[in-house]
Amino acid sequence: MSAEFLLFCEDEMASYSTNEFKGGLKFMLDGDPCSIIENEFVKPGKGQAFNRVKIRNLKNGRVIERTFKSGESVEAADVVESNYQYLYNDGEFWYFMDPDTYEQVSADATAVGDSTKWLKDQDICTITLWNGTPIIVEVPNFVILTVTDTDPGLKGDTSGGGGKPATLETGAVVRVPLFIQIGEALKVDTRTGEYVSRAGK
Amino acid sequence: MEPDLHHPSWQPTASLATIRSRAQLLAKIRAYFEQTGVLEVETPVCSSHATTDPATESFQLTHSGSGFPTPQPLYLQTSPEFPMKRLLAAGSGPIYQICKAFREGESGRLHNPEFTLLEWYRPGFNHHQLMDDVATLVNNLLPEPRAVEHLSYREIFKCHLDIDPHIATITQLQQCAKQHGIADAQRLDLPSKDGWLDLLLSHCIEPQLGQNCLSFVVDYPASQASLAKISSAPAPLAERFELYIEGMELANGFHELTDAGEQRQRFHQDLEQRAAQGQPAVPMDQNLLAAMDAGLPDCAGVALGIDRLLMQITQATHIDQVLTFPITHA
Repeated sequence: MSAEFLLFCEDEMASYSTNEFKGGLKFMLDGDPCSIIENEFVKPGKGQAFNRVKIRNLKNGRVIERTFKSGESVEAADVVESNYQYLYNDGEFWYFMDPDTYEQVSADATAVGDSTKWLKDQDICTITLWNGTPIIVEVPNFVILTVTDTDPGLKGDTSGGGGKPATLETGAVVRVPLFIQIGEALKVDTRTGEYVSRAGK
Repeated sequence: MEPDLHHPSWQPTASLATIRSRAQLLAKIRAYFEQTGVLEVETPVCSSHATTDPATESFQLTHSGSGFPTPQPLYLQTSPEFPMKRLLAAGSGPIYQICKAFREGESGRLHNPEFTLLEWYRPGFNHHQLMDDVATLVNNLLPEPRAVEHLSYREIFKCHLDIDPHIATITQLQQCAKQHGIADAQRLDLPSKDGWLDLLLSHCIEPQLGQNCLSFVVDYPASQASLAKISSAPAPLAERFELYIEGMELANGFHELTDAGEQRQRFHQDLEQRAAQGQPAVPMDQNLLAAMDAGLPDCAGVALGIDRLLMQITQATHIDQVLTFPITHA
């Protein structure tokens, strides 16, 4: 590949025109990386064309609307999403490893957010990196976690009615049926924080 | 959506029911014009001239062959206006055309770069008489006829934004945009006051127009006259109208400019604006100017988007739903 070609590629990478806008495109807005949720082309027949865009700020999750003059350019954001394996937490950072390259990254509490209560060693997470630094850590929709504490409850009650709180190995507390005992592995929906089932072996 | 060359999708994006609705719609339009004595015509979609309108870009192609030893640049029409006016100047009387028009760079929920226009001209009509004609036709074509309202460009800005579009300054329009939820509006580098008016119109006003009725907007700023006459009293306003239905722009009409000298001047202004904005220069239509020099009869003309009308009739939310093969599938 010639040097000119590489240079050309770099230039191409640096910005996006509104013609490239589509759902999922990542670009910089007011210093923060953002992702396009929705893009609408708006143009009075005899007038100025605009792109009216719904955008998610990837750092704080907020959704905003912005309007661009069609043909305008925006700065591309170096944002990639990749799967990482969770290793450990040293009190300040959460450490993850790329299972293919063994490269490690560390995420701060802001990036990990609510995911922290579902993170178990060796689980695979989806991490969004901006300029190589994790900004969003997403756990799988379903995780299997062991109960570390719960009231003994009623043996033989398999109705699931009523329920009780159970503390899981990550510290998360979920409501479980009365028959669930300490030491059992449960399947939990991380989006709702709800118990799904016993993790069948 | 970009075309996916590895997974061709050959099926039409319009349902067969919609394809049949389009055929019925076209038949009804032809019947209406037959009844009212308007002649159907055809004109070329390719021209060696182009629209100079800075808001509209033409597709360009070239032709070479017998009699054309060097490739001749050609432009696809953005509307059939210029050749139809040449027919009017030649004494055609009232004429209509259903044809494809092409606008480079326009694609989205309400836009496909290739689309179908119904355009017609009524000699002896002004834009008010033509609005009545448009309302009669459209109400003939819709499943349920709608009430008709006429609003001035000033009224819609007053009513929805409490600002007078004719006297507001750019700074006031910017502030108005900000107040009405267009965050960071002052960042937009719009080339003129009309750009700011377009921003407010498209974002804050258009979605409210034509709710349960047919809304005609009239009396545009003279700077947005395009090819319309400009009335002199009491203040200069363009004798132009737009029709909206359910927030969607459906038609644009003019009491047509017939003064060749002024037309030439507007073309030159357009070309200067194109140059200033770094847009490609295009050859102005000398044939149209010659026809106007010979004499274009006093007339009113309108272009109506057939695809959008069909969207309204079939309650489609995206133009792709009424096209057999939109640009991504063409």
